[in-house]
Amino acid sequence: MECQECQQRPATLRYTQVINGDKTEVYVCDVCAKEKGYMTYPEEGYSLHQLLSGLFSPPIDNQQHTPKQQKNELQCPKCEMTLSKFKKLGKFGCSQCYQTFEEYLDPMFRRVHSGNTAHHGKIPARKGGDMRIKKQMNAYKEELQRLIKNEAFEDAATVRDKINALKKEMGGDDA
Amino acid sequence: MTLQQFMNEAISPWMREDGPDSDIVLSSRIRLARNFAQYSFPILANESDLESISSFIRDEYEHQSFQDYTSFSFIPIQQLTPVERRVLVEKHLISPHLAEQDHSSAVLISENEQVSVMVNEEDHLRLQLYFPGFQLSEALSNVFELDDWLEEKVNYAFDEKRGYLTGCPTNVGTGMRASVMMHLPALAWTQQITRMIPAINQLGLVVRGIYGEGSEATGNIFQISNQITLGKSEEDIVEDLQSVARQLIEHERKARNRIMEQSGKRLEDRIYRSYGLLAYSRVMESKEAATCISDVRLGIDLGIIDGVTGNIFNELMILTQPGFLQQYAQKSLTPNERDILRASLIRERVKLEN
Repeated sequence: MECQECQQRPATLRYTQVINGDKTEVYVCDVCAKEKGYMTYPEEGYSLHQLLSGLFSPPIDNQQHTPKQQKNELQCPKCEMTLSKFKKLGKFGCSQCYQTFEEYLDPMFRRVHSGNTAHHGKIPARKGGDMRIKKQMNAYKEELQRLIKNEAFEDAATVRDKINALKKEMGGDDA
Repeated sequence: MTLQQFMNEAISPWMREDGPDSDIVLSSRIRLARNFAQYSFPILANESDLESISSFIRDEYEHQSFQDYTSFSFIPIQQLTPVERRVLVEKHLISPHLAEQDHSSAVLISENEQVSVMVNEEDHLRLQLYFPGFQLSEALSNVFELDDWLEEKVNYAFDEKRGYLTGCPTNVGTGMRASVMMHLPALAWTQQITRMIPAINQLGLVVRGIYGEGSEATGNIFQISNQITLGKSEEDIVEDLQSVARQLIEHERKARNRIMEQSGKRLEDRIYRSYGLLAYSRVMESKEAATCISDVRLGIDLGIIDGVTGNIFNELMILTQPGFLQQYAQKSLTPNERDILRASLIRERVKLEN
């Protein structure tokens, strides 16, 4: 079986993760396992700082090995945090840093947060008005699928009504 | 100042109330990390930005009230003496990290001291809310309302994919740390707790001592909190923590009963010896004090010691800390002087019961 990340090398590891009761299995090679954050290596640093900075690994870049980063280092336009400083501190300088260093974040978050990379919690009440509706809608849609699967059609109809009500709230043109 | 007066000021009003399961769960806490979208995080922000945040919070929220949390006082850290800072840390109203800050850091505290909002700590805002006993869900819904109330005026750094953006990657997402402070003497004596900790860790929860990260469990007090902040909803995180805490409560009660049945006299002896030490010692180190206080509290809970209120435990745990002792003495003390004052303060407090 080939590695599901790089689709080049043979998979040598099976990575099982359970998030909110859903079990997923990924087959990866040892290179991707390390780079994509599926595995932590205990010998990588002992202090929290070292541990956090050890959490970064560059995105896989098979062709280029040019040391261009030396001259033209990635830097946050807002707070001027550089990539190397970010790696060393293991802290963000501002909210913009999350976009600036986006490509480095998934592996790090995966290691720190047991395989998770995306937020599934509270959305700001005032700021996130539309986001909240969208999120509620997705939750209803998932529930609807589950109910249909279980042939609980009466309950499914109730959920469908709720979805329609939300669609109206958003403007009604989301078919 | 008399001891009674000093204690009245030292113990947070919310701590005097009993919560559910308060024989084992001392308090429940939820903390949320939040940042302003427009400013850099405190680690890189310039002084004038931090100053703007601090004065914004002062202008908008000082003397304000939200629901039961009335007349917030705004306290700039810079204006506090080292002992005063330490006292706030010992009351868990500010973090040790905030106490070390000088520039433009502050804290907003409600009158009953249930709510505190740290300003310019590792994040711009750290809201925390305490409840007595085992009341995590209540604390969560309250802190959510408080969060919405603050958000009416603050433009939070929030990203649809990553959630609430924080200075440290370990807080991103919900920005939430939920914790319970538990007194687990029977599980500690029987060493069951050391076997349970690895299992608890596997569920994404952390067990620590009373002062959080890296601290030992003195006085058999353990703090259990969530490690993961990204990928799970706040409700799910709280639910996981609750179910583990519920199991710990049950195991602790069983272990207490078993010790009573199997070696009741020995337990009684140990508890009374500790009581004796508290009542008559002339020099007492903080660790010894914590152990004795834990024993006596267990004796009260099990009905072995009569006529002493359970509150003595919570009060002494707080009052015998170095910061409080020095505040009581109104001067800085050497460790030796502290041990003497600690012993005398405990003796006086125990006498108040009789």
